[in-house]
Amino acid sequence: MHLLVCGGTGCKASASDAIVETLKKEVAANNLENEVQVILTGCFGFCEKGPIVKVLPDNTFYTQVKPEDAAEIVKEHLVKGRKVARLLYTDPTKNEHISDSKHMGFYRKQIRIALRNCGFINPESIDEYIARDGYQAIGKALAELNPQQTIDIIKKSGLRGRGGGGFPTGLKWEIASKNAADQKYVVCNADEGDPGAFMDRSILEGDPHSVIEAMAICGYCIGATKGLVYIRAEYPLAIQRLKVAISQAREYGLLGKDILGSGFDFDIELRYGAGAFVCGEETSLIHSMEGLRGEPTVKPPFPAESGYMGKPTNVNNVETFANVPVIVLKGADWYSSIGTEKSKGTKVFALAGKINNVGLIEVPMGITLREVIFEIGGGIKNGKKFKAVQTGGPSGGCLTEKHLDTPIDFDNLIAAGSMMGSGGMIVMDEDDCMVAVAKFYLDFTVEESCGKCSPCRIGNKRLFELLEKITKGEGTMEDLDRLRNLSHVIKDTALCGLGQTSPNPVLSTLDNFYHEYLAHVNDRKCPAGQCKSLMQYVVDAEACVGCTACARNCPVNAISGERKKPHEIDTAICIKCGACIEKCKFNAISIQ
Amino acid sequence: MTETKELVKKLADKYGRARESLMPILQGVIEEERFVSSEAMTEIARELDIASAEVYGTATFYSFLDTQPRGKYVIRVCKTITCDMHGKKKVIEKIEDLLKIKLGETTQDKKFTLLTTNCLGWCHQGPVMLINSTPYPSLDENKVTEIIMDYMSK
Repeated sequence: MHLLVCGGTGCKASASDAIVETLKKEVAANNLENEVQVILTGCFGFCEKGPIVKVLPDNTFYTQVKPEDAAEIVKEHLVKGRKVARLLYTDPTKNEHISDSKHMGFYRKQIRIALRNCGFINPESIDEYIARDGYQAIGKALAELNPQQTIDIIKKSGLRGRGGGGFPTGLKWEIASKNAADQKYVVCNADEGDPGAFMDRSILEGDPHSVIEAMAICGYCIGATKGLVYIRAEYPLAIQRLKVAISQAREYGLLGKDILGSGFDFDIELRYGAGAFVCGEETSLIHSMEGLRGEPTVKPPFPAESGYMGKPTNVNNVETFANVPVIVLKGADWYSSIGTEKSKGTKVFALAGKINNVGLIEVPMGITLREVIFEIGGGIKNGKKFKAVQTGGPSGGCLTEKHLDTPIDFDNLIAAGSMMGSGGMIVMDEDDCMVAVAKFYLDFTVEESCGKCSPCRIGNKRLFELLEKITKGEGTMEDLDRLRNLSHVIKDTALCGLGQTSPNPVLSTLDNFYHEYLAHVNDRKCPAGQCKSLMQYVVDAEACVGCTACARNCPVNAISGERKKPHEIDTAICIKCGACIEKCKFNAISIQ
Repeated sequence: MTETKELVKKLADKYGRARESLMPILQGVIEEERFVSSEAMTEIARELDIASAEVYGTATFYSFLDTQPRGKYVIRVCKTITCDMHGKKKVIEKIEDLLKIKLGETTQDKKFTLLTTNCLGWCHQGPVMLINSTPYPSLDENKVTEIIMDYMSK
């Protein structure tokens, strides 16, 4: 039997180390050490209800476990064979306990390829990775296939880059392999920075060997002996696990000189980002590694011709690499049988925002948004109404009710005015103002724009100012036209992929929520009640009992009234801080 | 030799003196001194034999390579959309209240600096903050108080 304890950073922050320790103690106290193994694994994805403990082989899924629960789990479940009902996951729609994780709505529709080992193995043990067919793919490639044959498998599988662009991976490798040079490089882009995305961190925390193996396979295919991982310095656990994994792989002769006696040399170094979103763009990333400002350059030349230090370089992101070893092992036909015509395989999505089951999921391409949000994601928090989901971060757009049944793949998302991006999905409910959402993304872009080209540097700033004007209730109909025109100019003229896609949040909210813009401009109202300048705090005279709590807590003395008589708010003085609403026990203050 | 000069030399010995060693050296300076002073930039330029303007150009590009003096503990609260949805504002107000500084300021004793930052990749467990390079997810007013008090007693 195995007790798997989630050791993703989220669960770790809520004491999963202590859970492992107490479980081990209890197992020992019951003389079960030879029967039961306690393992700290990578993320299970179901972060909403962490820390998670899963029992194998019966797949029992315990949620929100505390160290104090360890004794009961061991005594009841392991010794007496009775599941601890109070810790089981409860299906919110049926209100029943579900003991087998396979029957949970969250997992039922998932197919886990890139996340295959996350939540199953101890990420700091190379033996456990090997036990689940790890490093077999590099073995197969070195022993049975030549580089071109290996590239052909990736090409035929239809794998496309998971970092945003969706460029065919096999083709990228082929171009890099054909450019002759004395030195080539394989780069893993782990500079995840899209608001809403955290899949790369989870893969590196849960299964670092899969990325290392894939980079070595890529090195063999394109003829590179050096690999570099460019990772955010703010991912300390991912960095630590990657370092452990690299040194284990070296020890086993799976990195370094003459790998598996094949004569192929390959080794990996880490490089750290320093907080610049634009470095997720491959040319910027390369410049950053060279010690320059992380500004993009015009392509061509593509990195495959002239990349790091002017040498042919292949850059893929973490999730793309994590798919590679399985494809090499199981074959192109197996992989391409999953997904849609032009988007093969699966995609990892990070669910965040106003959704019940936040966390990490991996689903086949072609699944509908409805299945993702309502079946896997468990619907909207607090029974609110679904409004939109933002995909693709600051480069993407929002999808609405009318897109719920569209199959999700690279091309359909672009057709719907959004994009896949790296797979972040931020769910919004009826309380979110879509003009404010667009402003949020523009604020992000303005700050992260590298400043090299003027459409992005100046254009986005102007877009932001227009949005700010509208959310303050000072917008005009001409401003709405200006927003649209300027957005198209930026799209057509910006230098890099980030600049060209930066107006997407504006365009997509204009297309789907034009009525909200109109309400801000014509009626000077924010329908969602989020834009501060357009709100007024009002006391309901009938509900107010005159307790004076609001008046005493108002920082600007805007509330007046006698004891035991209804109070009033002077809207000219009110700064709309919300302190009164918080203090009112009678729900007598509302925002209008 | 001044401390900074010594530090830069040590870092250059460790990471090398090629242009691509610049980032690791700058990051090493941040780790020790919390900001890259003009003295450090000039020293790095001397060690790497490049113009100090080049060092300045790279250093000022990255938001985590501060060129202004910072406290011993630099707190960066994520201000991106999901952390905002889940109450980042209250977390910032609590920290301001505890440290008696405003956003962007450093405490008198040079121990803490409070800043915001863009997405830290913790959207499922926001609000999140970074203290130097350690992330603290799932914050609320109580939790952030506990963490800050802990650092205050260090």
